[in-house]
Amino acid sequence: MSGPFSIQNWRAWFSDWTFFAEGFMRTLYISMLGLLFTLIIGVIVGILLCGRNRVVLSICKGYMSFFQNTPLVIQIFIYYNVLPRLGIRLGVVAIGVMGLALYTGAYAADIVHSAIKAVPTGQMEAAYSQGFSYVQSMYYIILPQAVKIGLPPMTNQAVNLIKNSSVLAVIAGGELMYRADSWSGSNLIYGPTFVMTGVLYLIICLPISLLARWMEKRSVRHV
Amino acid sequence: MFDKWAHAFSAVFAPNILLFLGKGLVNTLYIAAVSIVLSLILGTVLGLMRNMKERLLRSVATVYIEVVRNIPLLLFIITMRFMTKLPPLESGIAAMTIFTSAIVAEIVRGGLNSVGKGQWEAATSQGFSRMQTMWHVIIPQALRRIRSPLISQFVTTVKDTSFCAVVGTYELSFTSKIVAAHRTIVTAEDILLLYLLVAMIYYVINRLFSGIARRQRGNAMKGVVR
Repeated sequence: MSGPFSIQNWRAWFSDWTFFAEGFMRTLYISMLGLLFTLIIGVIVGILLCGRNRVVLSICKGYMSFFQNTPLVIQIFIYYNVLPRLGIRLGVVAIGVMGLALYTGAYAADIVHSAIKAVPTGQMEAAYSQGFSYVQSMYYIILPQAVKIGLPPMTNQAVNLIKNSSVLAVIAGGELMYRADSWSGSNLIYGPTFVMTGVLYLIICLPISLLARWMEKRSVRHV
Repeated sequence: MFDKWAHAFSAVFAPNILLFLGKGLVNTLYIAAVSIVLSLILGTVLGLMRNMKERLLRSVATVYIEVVRNIPLLLFIITMRFMTKLPPLESGIAAMTIFTSAIVAEIVRGGLNSVGKGQWEAATSQGFSRMQTMWHVIIPQALRRIRSPLISQFVTTVKDTSFCAVVGTYELSFTSKIVAAHRTIVTAEDILLLYLLVAMIYYVINRLFSGIARRQRGNAMKGVVR
């Protein structure tokens, strides 16, 4: 049997499975760190967006607008090519985490902001009337309710982040997509490589998106 | 400081470089435009299929959508580039269409489902057939809901064309990568200015789209009966 999906090709792929396992782990690692910083950025910017300070508001909006409307590839190119020339040396993993977090954070901020706004204003007023400070009412009253509203869209963003981590292939990030691209290119074995890479991404992303869908359905029922 | 930026300006805004980037921009717009049109068609078909009563068609659409949505676009781009004989731009279009149509399908389905059941019942009680109800009652209302997320998806599609840079397709991002290696582009300022220029090009295109999307969102809820 010959052709792109021949037995030899499958065998060659499986004999190098550790190479892809490492890429898989690195994709998970980068995605998890990226998600952590995404949440931090999203919550901070999302809360700042609820304020009234004009300067702060325009900085936040400028950040979101720039990062949402320009491609992640270009953003990564900038970090990768400009930072070293300014004397800032970061590894590809650090650049990847930073790039993914700044990019996805711009979307996360939108989600956090609208989730907070979806909590009725009466909740804030009630908290104030009970003597809570702004920070206290945010932390104890508003955010716990906002989390329920924002969790499904945030989970979808997590899937996007994992998929977008593949962009690190442009800077030799060493994650799954880079390994698939370079291994298939140097061994000229495309069929099994691409199928298995797809399966590996599905293993990470599919459960998370199903979780997001389940949460969406449940939240609709509870409204 | 000042003459560094002056050098950057004269290096980046050189006619040959701008012309080269312009060609990349044309290819980016071509890939994005054709992919958007094709995925609108394929996505609508898939979205309707997923709402059908026929079990087979419905499960085909469901599997397609769920699988494609959970795999990075880049994998489709690489696969189409290396496993088919399509020329670079067309392989990019094929990959982007496969990917984007799954997302369009979800948007279409969400729009159709957002129109209340009562609308179907009311139309049927007035003697409308299934097709007539769909065409005159459901689709006009669904369209209003679908428009804004669809336009947001176009923004994503324009940005996503940049993924084609990985396989060396001459779109805007890849041309900018080549320009960055040009002998006149040396300092951090040169490269920063170059990429900021490219980022601004994407930004302007996408802001036009997302401005429209935001205006549509305001209209989305008007006149929709639950």
